[in-house]
Amino acid sequence: MTAIAVSVPAHRRTGWQKLIGFNMLTGILLGIGGWFLGQLIGDHITGQNIAYYSTEAGQNDIAILLGYFLGVVGFLVGMGFANYPVKRLLGYPPALAERESEAGGLFRYFTLSTDHKVVAKQYMAGIGVFFFVAGLNAMLIRTELLQPNVHVFGANQYLTLVGMHGSMMLGTMTSGLLGPFATFLVPLMIGSRRMAFSRLSSFAFWLLMAGEIILLTTVFFGGFQTGWTGYQPLASQGTAGYDAYIGFFALVGLSMTLFGFNLVVTITTMRAPGMTWSRLPIFVWSAYATAWLMMLAAPMLIAALLMAAMDRTIQTSFFSPGNGGSGYLFQNLFWVFGHPEVYILALPGMGIVLEIMVVFSRKPLWGYRLAVAGMLGIAFLSWFVWQHHLFVSGIDADLRPFYMLSTELISLPTGFIFLCAMGTLWRGRIRLTVPMLFCLGWMFNFLWGGISGVFNSDVPSDVTTHGSYFVMAHFHYTIMGGLIFGFFAAIYYWVPKMYGVKLNERLGKIHFWTLIIAFNSTFAPLFALGFMGMPRRVVTYNPAWQGLNDWVTVSAYVIGLSMLVFLFNVIWSLAFKREPAGANPWNSKSTEWQLPTPVPVHDFEEIPTFSADPYPYGVEPAPVAASMRTAVREEV
Amino acid sequence: MLSDARGPRSGDNGPRHWRNVVVLWTIASLIMVPIVVWVIGPGLPPGNGTVEASGQVTDNTVLLAIATPVALAVLVYLAYAVWAFRERTPEVFVDGPAIQGNSSVQFWWLVATTVIVLFLAGYGSVRMLADGAGGGQGPSPIATPAASEGKPVIVQVIAQQWQFTYRWPQYGGVETSAIDLPTNSLVKFEVTSLDVIHSFWAYELGVKADANPGIDNIAYVTTKGPLAFHVRCAELCGVWHGYMFNQGRVVPKAQFTSWITSQRQADAATTKVLDPFSKTYYPQPLRRGG
Amino acid sequence: MLNQLSEKGRMKGSAKRGVITATAVLAAIAAIAVYIGVYLVQAPASAVATQGPSGVQLHLATVAAAETTDPHPTWVSYYSTDANDQNWRHATTYVLPAHTLVHVTVYEFDSQTGLRNPFLSQPQGATSGSYQVDGKSLTSTDPSVASHIFAVPQIGLSIPLPGISSSAKNPCSNAPCPLSTAHVTITFTFRTPGKGLYRWQCFVPCGAGFIDGNGGPMQTVGYMDGFLHVV
Repeated sequence: MTAIAVSVPAHRRTGWQKLIGFNMLTGILLGIGGWFLGQLIGDHITGQNIAYYSTEAGQNDIAILLGYFLGVVGFLVGMGFANYPVKRLLGYPPALAERESEAGGLFRYFTLSTDHKVVAKQYMAGIGVFFFVAGLNAMLIRTELLQPNVHVFGANQYLTLVGMHGSMMLGTMTSGLLGPFATFLVPLMIGSRRMAFSRLSSFAFWLLMAGEIILLTTVFFGGFQTGWTGYQPLASQGTAGYDAYIGFFALVGLSMTLFGFNLVVTITTMRAPGMTWSRLPIFVWSAYATAWLMMLAAPMLIAALLMAAMDRTIQTSFFSPGNGGSGYLFQNLFWVFGHPEVYILALPGMGIVLEIMVVFSRKPLWGYRLAVAGMLGIAFLSWFVWQHHLFVSGIDADLRPFYMLSTELISLPTGFIFLCAMGTLWRGRIRLTVPMLFCLGWMFNFLWGGISGVFNSDVPSDVTTHGSYFVMAHFHYTIMGGLIFGFFAAIYYWVPKMYGVKLNERLGKIHFWTLIIAFNSTFAPLFALGFMGMPRRVVTYNPAWQGLNDWVTVSAYVIGLSMLVFLFNVIWSLAFKREPAGANPWNSKSTEWQLPTPVPVHDFEEIPTFSADPYPYGVEPAPVAASMRTAVREEV
Repeated sequence: MLSDARGPRSGDNGPRHWRNVVVLWTIASLIMVPIVVWVIGPGLPPGNGTVEASGQVTDNTVLLAIATPVALAVLVYLAYAVWAFRERTPEVFVDGPAIQGNSSVQFWWLVATTVIVLFLAGYGSVRMLADGAGGGQGPSPIATPAASEGKPVIVQVIAQQWQFTYRWPQYGGVETSAIDLPTNSLVKFEVTSLDVIHSFWAYELGVKADANPGIDNIAYVTTKGPLAFHVRCAELCGVWHGYMFNQGRVVPKAQFTSWITSQRQADAATTKVLDPFSKTYYPQPLRRGG
Repeated sequence: MLNQLSEKGRMKGSAKRGVITATAVLAAIAAIAVYIGVYLVQAPASAVATQGPSGVQLHLATVAAAETTDPHPTWVSYYSTDANDQNWRHATTYVLPAHTLVHVTVYEFDSQTGLRNPFLSQPQGATSGSYQVDGKSLTSTDPSVASHIFAVPQIGLSIPLPGISSSAKNPCSNAPCPLSTAHVTITFTFRTPGKGLYRWQCFVPCGAGFIDGNGGPMQTVGYMDGFLHVV
């Protein structure tokens, strides 16, 4: 155990000298170098045959994709990810920690750090930036839809906005809940000092950031007009902007796989003595179920994108129907990834909601085993439903009743989660704090997401709703109403522990009420628009629908304003007010709140032992809290 | 402290809460379900233009009628719980009772949701297998119309970036950019594409079928009386996806016959240069411009 | 354990850290927003139809490749020009008066590609008898000679534009093209609809190098796609 506690000596460098070494600046410089090296090699490979190899005369897709690849490699080398393997190859002894001390100050957030709490905060800021950029895209989309014809942006630009909004939201928010919160909390909750693979944790984060930058380069190449689904063969027609989509999602997929793998290993092997499976906090269970999905689903996406990249560069024809390929292959591969993906988005939210509801009902989790069964059931069933995205696609219809059944079956485990949340409220002592409000908001929104999902799962209804705004409203209710509400619940609840500072309660309540009202006012009318026949991703629509669309746009602006309230709250509370939160402002009995704030670099002085259920409410004395307090002092 | 936590408010009156929730839910359901079935139901999409469209309206009504009490149960419970169990003394931290679960509630919840889900899946399957529900079923449909319905009018829908055209194999293979259909007839759409994936969505007909290059996607519809309908593309197909729409009509049979005859005359020259009628038309990759 | 004395200093330090972080995050969002914004406001130029002696005149040209200075110098494109083939502009939004007969002249400098859907080889929507190729009135064309199509599906207008033959002498490579290079002149007349924005496009798979010829210029407003802005 003592080997872990070795901390790296603090950096003695000051001022500009800090910039020399393995950090983000070096990473960016080497990344740019890698890009040009890739261009050079790519041009060398194609030589005079560029017209044969590229999708667009004059643009060398091989060079662009190689540029992305070597750029990312250069960036990661500059960040210092190659140091450890190279040192080991050269015979240096293994080291477990890098930059695990507070001495780095702000600077350590721009480096490779093996402290899971630093990685979590890196995720928080990185995801925050791209969440807001993608949200801004949504505002622009709605601005264009103020009028039934093209009026602000061109048709190409509009579709690029739609694709960027979808891709960036999906790619970013896949790690949006687990990235900051599981990385920070899972080790604390299971009594470990670290993730199983600390460097991998950091690696997954920086891969994601590299991916986001690559996605942004699509704008430079004229964007991509395929939406986030990138269906073939439309995507094969795309200009080099689509290469950015490939690079982005491939990196997101790799990041997800590694992160999921890391979480599975951490939760399986790093639990402290006494932390049995039946004592895991429910958030850890949701992270565990999600991690399996991430680890197993994302490779499908990577495979599909690799095939797309080969179609575009070395002239294979996996997806080209005229040459023996099939567009269905892409649709199948994409949704075999894509449907588990939507549960990757939803499951952590469920865990967070149950975790927080317990604290603010001041009762144990009602039906713990049922909740676990629900999460594992969702994770399992999510593999068998993907063809409900292809109900009218013309793919052989024989299995349609099966996919209808499997899709509707998934509402059983989802129902378990609802029952557990409802049972937890029963005869509780409910405190309507901001996190609790967001949890209740989650229940309200996800309910409509689930109900509308039944219409999409039923073939006769799906004939009308497929590809329409109804579907769009449905998945915004589950993803925005579910994931984003869970996200904010988690932020208001755990930021005091992560940053040692409370977020302003009054601003939080304004944020919540404006968000939930504006959210429903935005997306409920979209169900109606879908029912009236408005297809998705259109830049123009029937003028008869303008009133409803304008209403939606104005409501969407209110969502934007409510996000500004949140942003103001974060900046005000974290940068200016800095009201110390104390160790346990919510009087919670969960493990993480028994630790001091800020959490020490090595989390626990000694590895704790656990001897009771995770939610000791209503029993006296509270056993976990007590054992925690003593266990921290105990010899292991 | 502990006795406070199980104070008179929440401790002994559990059954009363139960009764309150059930009564409120029953009242709400008794009000809402008839409203859903008889007020909202008839207005549900896609209207009663065709047999399939009417079928979809029925399906949507049934789904909504089942979903309503389920949603109300959650909503009524949530509202009641937040009101009845709210903390009245927030300055003191007091715990609720340590209820870990209730196996009979869990059991009956599982039974109820399973019954609902199995019913929905069974109902949806039966409805879909009856007539295909207007959805695209691929080249070998599993739900085909009964022989008694007679020979269908075949319309080949050819999607390309970015326009739908229609080809009529029973009328000399003429191709038109407009679409008229006869009333009270069985129509067989054969949807295909010349380039990327589109989706043929004839909203008022209750028909949606993806158009894939190299695939013959079949959808059936039985028309009723005269009707004007919108055709839109429902699958992102490129820059003009949003503009890929037109309108069609269901007209009396005599009017349809004269329309198609006039089309054949007007397009006689073009019909000669068309490719021979075929289930699909593969894009020719070698035909590149420049 | 951190001692109590340094607690205040620590808080100050982390406040500074918070300000820096918040500023950095906001700056990153703003920088990305500007970067995307610059792309979003790009719009192809528009050309206004001229009032000629015989009514409203619109002169267009299609070329095998845009100017060498264009961001996409290899893409086929439409241009606006004038009766003397002067004033070439890379414009694809054409401003026309409503409910008016518009006389369109297209100088076709591009070679033949052929239609994917031969149905479109028939000119549709032009006023009767007004469709002329090199001065010759036609009611249909050979699908395999089509180079481009000028189609406005919303008003049922679809005009095939036959290309120059592959053996033509003196073909024009990049815009602008003088009339001394090989070209086909197509004229037609159509009546504009009511006020509004109507998209037009080409239906010939002319995106050289792209799969099925339908990518690139075929998918980009400003090359083979644009708007009729009827005012």
